[in-house]
Amino acid sequence: MTELLVGTRKGLFVLEGQPGSEFSIQSRAFVGEPVDYATRDPRTGRLFAAVTSPFWGPRIWFTDDLADEWQPARGVALPKGGEDALKRVWVIVAGEADGLVYAGGDPGVLFESRDGGETWELNRALWEHPTRPRWRRDSGGLSVHSIAPWPGDPQRLALAISAAGVWLTGDGGQTWAHGNEGIVADYLPEEARATAIDLCVHHLERAPARPERLYLQFHGGVYRSDDCGHTWTDIAAGLPHDFGFPVVLDPADPDSAYVIPVTTADRVTDGRVVVFETRDAGATWIPRDAGLPQGDAYLSVLRQSFAAAGEGASLELYFGATSGEIFGSDDAGASWFGVAQRLPAIASVRPA
Amino acid sequence: MTKPGYDCAMATVRLRGQLEKLAGGESVVDVDAGTVTELLQQLEQDHSGLEGWILDERGELRRHINVFVNGEPAEPDTVIDDKDKIEILPAISGG
Repeated sequence: MTELLVGTRKGLFVLEGQPGSEFSIQSRAFVGEPVDYATRDPRTGRLFAAVTSPFWGPRIWFTDDLADEWQPARGVALPKGGEDALKRVWVIVAGEADGLVYAGGDPGVLFESRDGGETWELNRALWEHPTRPRWRRDSGGLSVHSIAPWPGDPQRLALAISAAGVWLTGDGGQTWAHGNEGIVADYLPEEARATAIDLCVHHLERAPARPERLYLQFHGGVYRSDDCGHTWTDIAAGLPHDFGFPVVLDPADPDSAYVIPVTTADRVTDGRVVVFETRDAGATWIPRDAGLPQGDAYLSVLRQSFAAAGEGASLELYFGATSGEIFGSDDAGASWFGVAQRLPAIASVRPA
Repeated sequence: MTKPGYDCAMATVRLRGQLEKLAGGESVVDVDAGTVTELLQQLEQDHSGLEGWILDERGELRRHINVFVNGEPAEPDTVIDDKDKIEILPAISGG
């Protein structure tokens, strides 16, 4: 049985089912409100939801039991009296120390909790970074949307910000450095590319079995780093489009990655829904479309809406679209089945 | 009670739904303030669970929250008189 936490424009849906057949809706929460992200801390079972209430603002909520009431976390806010306000929480990730949890948000902020997610503090080093005035908002905001801890080492962390590139720390977030070498922003004039920091990374993932390796889906380009995120190699050759939003890995195989290419012009699948898989670190890509719509299918799959559970031959993959459909695979992408349909626009999918 | 520069008044604030929960279950609270903004700031100080829910980090009223004084829509600088009745409500939305 697999549980999926699905954040939608109209609330959180908790689905449950046997991989291979349609899942059922087990419960709902935050009915009518935008749930941008929801996840379960694998260490404690605690559930988190990032909710952007159009009335009360963005907030992280948590509960230890879906049957209980959700509680608002404290401290997920910018410094009082400044010129900006928190706009959205994009991602919540378990850290590598007891009680350590990270959250990323807009405007380009990282929050840290040391008590399992009940209270949070802004990471000041990133907030006050001297390059911040050069960071650029894209159409989705200025977002810390990807947080990649280093397994077993709470000092090392990688972040991706749209549009401010990749950021690396080796001292637990006290200092931050860019990791952008090799990333080419073809939306900028050629003479501006070498020194650009307004890089529109769409998603970043670390290979847990080889932590110095990371993959990222860029705003035009798919990249791999083998040196902890310092330098990057374009591995998009062989994909029908180099544009897309999410990237997912098989935790057991550092040579693996899955992407869902979409057209640059309209950012949807090009009539056929195809997941592309590599098992040789991006040297070649294999289309995985068995069971997916192959005609008149123009889906938009957002950056947090593709996720994996398990690993190796039993790797499960799930992705949702803004059309309200979710597709899944219980054989590492070899075949796909319909998980759900007719949900509100999907912003995130996370197996629990 | 008088604050320097202007008169303050004890207004009655009605809290409903989420705000009532965050205020520890209090549905009616008295707040001493001269303007709507001061009233909301004082409300947050008196009930820390409300911090950030009505006013954002900049101190601005959240965009889709309406404040009514004696049933009339109010602005942040609307003056509060003694015994005014204040409601804080989400705006109409949909579509």
